[in-house]
Amino acid sequence: MRLALDIITVVLISAGGFFFMAGTIGLLRFPDTLTRLHALTKVDNLGLGLIVFGLLAQVESRLDALKVIAIWLLVQMSGAIVSQLIAQATRRLGRQT
Amino acid sequence: MTLVFACEVVLAGLLVAIATWTIVARTAFAAIVVFMVYGLLLAIVWVALSAVDVALTEAAIGGGVTSIVLLGAASRLRGSKAAVPSVSFPFKITAGVLCAVVSAGLAAVVFSLPDVAPTLAPVAKENLAESGLGNPVAAVLFVFRAHDTLLEKVVLLLALVGVWSLASDSAWGGVPALRVYASPSRILVFLDQILPPIGIMIGIYMFWAGASQPGGAFQGGTILAAMWLLTMMARLQDVPSISARWLRLLLVVGPMAFLAVGLAGFFFADSFLAYPPSISKPLIIVVEATLTLSIGVTLALLVAGPPERLPQQ
Repeated sequence: MRLALDIITVVLISAGGFFFMAGTIGLLRFPDTLTRLHALTKVDNLGLGLIVFGLLAQVESRLDALKVIAIWLLVQMSGAIVSQLIAQATRRLGRQT
Repeated sequence: MTLVFACEVVLAGLLVAIATWTIVARTAFAAIVVFMVYGLLLAIVWVALSAVDVALTEAAIGGGVTSIVLLGAASRLRGSKAAVPSVSFPFKITAGVLCAVVSAGLAAVVFSLPDVAPTLAPVAKENLAESGLGNPVAAVLFVFRAHDTLLEKVVLLLALVGVWSLASDSAWGGVPALRVYASPSRILVFLDQILPPIGIMIGIYMFWAGASQPGGAFQGGTILAAMWLLTMMARLQDVPSISARWLRLLLVVGPMAFLAVGLAGFFFADSFLAYPPSISKPLIIVVEATLTLSIGVTLALLVAGPPERLPQQ
């Protein structure tokens, strides 16, 4: 059981790390603000979600699990709202670089 | 070479690289964004050193409040007509050399420390039970070195007085504008409708947990300040005039409570800032609670900046 959980954690967190890397490459390589935001938010959500799932297999208690999920939800929310704010600012300023 | 050591080396390298980046960044805005990253990375370093209290403060103050104050300053500079004076080349070289000398001096001091650094940690730990607190950091802040903490809070107030003194005469006693930070938008309002209940709870929890776990007045107060700023930026709450009586009261209530408890120490315990052992924990909690409030209000007003217009009648 322990081993199975460890394997799940390693696989999920590695996958999450991969998505983070992909998102970072997208952030660096994409041509303008909106596509960069796309890379950042889409992949960031997926990456963090996988890492949170991976960590859930390791928690000691239900309370710890709830804390990890709360962190996940808060980051999701801030990510979504910040990307909206940046997109709005980009549109308002009409700047695409 | 263990994995942990490798991680620490990578972390230290990243930190130096990012610190260099803040210096060579072309625009003030880029430098500040990198500075923010630097603060967060430094917080991770403190966690790696098992100094979670310091990490929380670094993330809140170094990464959060300082960066947003700098962003506000940069935005004001960009909008102002006054040109930034250009600096001559020899001046830059001199500044660089002086900085390098200071860094070299610091490095020499650090490397010449004895292998076992002199420390009061064991003494503090031995007397931890007497303080009535479970968190050694809180015990040092509020019991063993309480006068440092008291002075630190007063310095915060002095900083606010410094910011307010930048106001023009006509706006004195008026309202900070906050317009350098955000223009009102529906998304900001939405964020402001869901985040503050959670944020206020976390802020109060941090102050409460501070007695026995990492956390405390500064970290909790910073989160409360952030929540208050958010409601003001989303225009869901009016920015108060800096001459409002209740605002002034909130600013000083923490330091005043601390000072009052400290002076009472002359009469009820043996010296200034000494607590009678039987009620030391409740006293510390009262002081910390009022400090959390005062720190929150002070930090929020530091970010809000000098008053720019008179309150509407």
